[in-house]
Amino acid sequence: MKRHAKMIKKTFIYLCLAIWALIVLFPFYWMLLTSIKSYSSYNREYIPKFFTTSPTFSNFAEAFTSVPLARYLANTLIFTLVTTALMLVVITLAAFAFARLDFRGKDLVFTLFLALMMIPNELVIITNFVTITNLNMRNTFTGLILPSVTSVFYIYLLKENFAQVGDDLYKAAKVDGTSDLRYLTKVLIPICKPTMITIVILKVIECWNSFVWPRLITDKQEYFLVSNGIQQIRESGFGRENIPAMMAAVVIISLPLIVLFIAFHNKIMEGVATGGTKG
Amino acid sequence: MKIVLKNLTKKFPNRNKKVGGDVIAVKDFDITIPDGMLVGLLGPSGCGKSTTLNLISGLEKPTEGQVFFGDTDVTKLPAQDRGVGLVFQSYALYPHLTVEQNIRFPLENLRGNAKLTKDEMRERVHKAAKLVQIDELMERRPSELSGGQQQRVAIARALVKVPKVLLLDEPLSNLDARLRLQTREEIRRIQRETNITTVFVTHDQDEAMSICDMIVVMKDGVMMQAGKPQEVYDDPVSLFVAKFLGTPPINVFEGKMKDGKLYVADDAVLASDDFRDERDVYVAVRPEGFIVSDDGPLVCKMGRIEVMGRDISIVSEHDALLNDTGLIRSITGSDVVMDSGKTEVRFKLKPNKVFVFDKETEERIRFGVTDGQ
Amino acid sequence: MDNRFRAKGWLYLLPAILFLGVFMVYPLVDVFVYSFEEGFNFANQSFFGTGSYNYSYVLRDPYFIQALKNTFIIVIITVPLSTLIALLISLGLSSIKPLRELFQTVFFLPYVTNTLAVGLVFMILFKKTEYSDGLINILIEFFGGKGVDFITGPYAAKMFVMCFYTIWVVLPFKILILTSALASVPKVYYSAAEVDGTRPFRVFYKITLPMISPMIFYLVITGFIGAFKAYSDEVALFGTDLNSAGMNTIVGYIYDMLYGNSGGYPSYASAAAIILFAIVLTITVINLMVSSRRR
Repeated sequence: MKRHAKMIKKTFIYLCLAIWALIVLFPFYWMLLTSIKSYSSYNREYIPKFFTTSPTFSNFAEAFTSVPLARYLANTLIFTLVTTALMLVVITLAAFAFARLDFRGKDLVFTLFLALMMIPNELVIITNFVTITNLNMRNTFTGLILPSVTSVFYIYLLKENFAQVGDDLYKAAKVDGTSDLRYLTKVLIPICKPTMITIVILKVIECWNSFVWPRLITDKQEYFLVSNGIQQIRESGFGRENIPAMMAAVVIISLPLIVLFIAFHNKIMEGVATGGTKG
Repeated sequence: MKIVLKNLTKKFPNRNKKVGGDVIAVKDFDITIPDGMLVGLLGPSGCGKSTTLNLISGLEKPTEGQVFFGDTDVTKLPAQDRGVGLVFQSYALYPHLTVEQNIRFPLENLRGNAKLTKDEMRERVHKAAKLVQIDELMERRPSELSGGQQQRVAIARALVKVPKVLLLDEPLSNLDARLRLQTREEIRRIQRETNITTVFVTHDQDEAMSICDMIVVMKDGVMMQAGKPQEVYDDPVSLFVAKFLGTPPINVFEGKMKDGKLYVADDAVLASDDFRDERDVYVAVRPEGFIVSDDGPLVCKMGRIEVMGRDISIVSEHDALLNDTGLIRSITGSDVVMDSGKTEVRFKLKPNKVFVFDKETEERIRFGVTDGQ
Repeated sequence: MDNRFRAKGWLYLLPAILFLGVFMVYPLVDVFVYSFEEGFNFANQSFFGTGSYNYSYVLRDPYFIQALKNTFIIVIITVPLSTLIALLISLGLSSIKPLRELFQTVFFLPYVTNTLAVGLVFMILFKKTEYSDGLINILIEFFGGKGVDFITGPYAAKMFVMCFYTIWVVLPFKILILTSALASVPKVYYSAAEVDGTRPFRVFYKITLPMISPMIFYLVITGFIGAFKAYSDEVALFGTDLNSAGMNTIVGYIYDMLYGNSGGYPSYASAAAIILFAIVLTITVINLMVSSRRR
């Protein structure tokens, strides 16, 4: 009797979880499905079919030819790589200074840095927009990249990690005559590699999905990132309502991150759980 | 409440999936624990003693065998219906509740006829707290208590239900040395006052020997020996038990039985008719089994002498010795006068402090002494 | 030696300080300045007076009022609902063993996807067009309901999709945080409760919930802050012209004031941004006070 109730409970839990999994996965399935339906067959289906018997890849060709999708992808890739690389340098140096070096005012500066974590982006984006506009850096990569190369949160995360590496290692390195920079690159960074990889992955996700700042700072299609590109496609791409082609573009844009996620899902989830927040 | 374990066996699936098969944590455990006793489950880590405790508490269900409380078979009963109090190694005090709320927690679970009124609860909580002497700390949170105080709260929480059986899992291992001595006396006192059958798990033989009415020595999931501490100490059934009990540890030599004599290397240390068959053996001698004697048969290389107040400890060496330290520790009264200039020390052995074990099975070979020593 | 050593620390910090100074500290001061400069002209960088006119303009702007209303509705619906659903799902996840990791991974998927891209899929699923009513409407009609255009139709319908999509987007993070919070409750507490015969609901209410309450609280606070800053999910569903869709949010209003068809007013944008900041700060402080009293 008791066992019976337990079984029902378990089944119920699995059912609920499966339903939510369906809600999560369905949009992905739908975009994939729609992207391989031909334009005419999609428009003929008043009641959309849940499968297609005549898959076509013409929508993907269409997505690359009628809108500069390749350009959007390339822009996003450049933006993501350069921003992430620059940020890594900036935050590593800062984290090292806070974790290892001694200088007057360190605690005060660190407290100020932490206070900056509470400042919402919306508050500073207005002036940044004005600054970049006045510097004539609209529609340039420099203008896109510069405001996002520091993250107080990642400095904090990395500093905590650096600080966990024992004093003994630093003293040993000093005794051996290792310079600070060499200690940083040869000892600290290799030891803290897992955290740094996590930071890189999270930053890449953030860059790939960034929308607001690129929208403000670019109005020429040559400089659009994928998010802006998809918005452009939605509003004026592919003539009127070529939904399958639109979905093909969405698939192409979503794919890199989904692949990244499938490859690194443990790493990503671990990184987010240790204190990442979105955006 | 008498506890009877019959044929108790517990297998776990192997965690290493590649290897497969089961890990046997407890095997064919048979014992009867009389009512009102304080019993120590003793053994090295991983010997299955904690699993045995969990089988008694009902947190684990046995693969085979039965558990009886008194004459009732409780094998199928879930933990909450067995009426056991359990004290965890980490105490498991709820950090967000005060001491009082922690102790009251089990009482609030009671339903139906067993349900208590607010006043009854207060009285029971107060009584339990008084018993372990923490009635001054009722409003504190666990984080504001010392390790010893947390331990008392945990015991109070286990006692407040008036359990039939009290179980303690390594209750002293998280305390420092001084508190450990104090707390074990405390456990003894509480057990005497409540007279609840108590089983506690420990890897520290000193702890078990000092306060238990009965000890149970385990190894690799198998019960090796059970009995009163002194009996087990004086009459171990195997080399393992002999080595496991006693500080300083027993001294083990490689030896041989031949022609009615027991040899350690070439020294014939004891004589008995039971030493007729020629056989390789281990000879284990308790530290208090050595008598310094100029014509003693066991010839050792003199090391140093350590004065320990009431006793003195003579540290010496012998080629046939198998101790990890390579040193023989023998203890005699401080009235023995030693000439520290000597390079050699000779011992006679007290036959009742010498145990002989088969070299293959490591089981005890008993002997009667014929030589008038 | 000593001096050089000290200077070195600052040298390592220099890039960070430079970037933060230019793109965070200076703007932070500047946004207040802007918000009090009346009639700031972006083209020739001049203004004709200082005062609180920008604030009163924004507060009287019907678009801002609409944005404020939309934002509050989104916050009030999605924050409690998403936290509750996330808690239920996490409890479900921690009570199963087979397939658990698979479910966990699937549930996290929305976190890494581009919300603008997936928003488009949601739009297609919910939108009514001349040649198809959209999948959701067909489902509703199949079950005997009356279809409605969720994207350009009545306000309530639009708000429903909005909240549904927001929850879909924020849930992965909350589920992840709560499952790890649940996993970090030491098992021994559950063993202790079992020995004491504690009933499942009481175990949840008296042990699990208090143990994970700091994390729930953290999620509520960050949830409030995040929901108040809602913007790109709205764009994903309703397009960039949120004002005409009647679905604008405070952040959307700020950007519209700054840039786009109705843009060019950084002073109004600043005033709106500061109002938003004040609201978020107030809510956070209230949250903190509530939680510290409960403790």
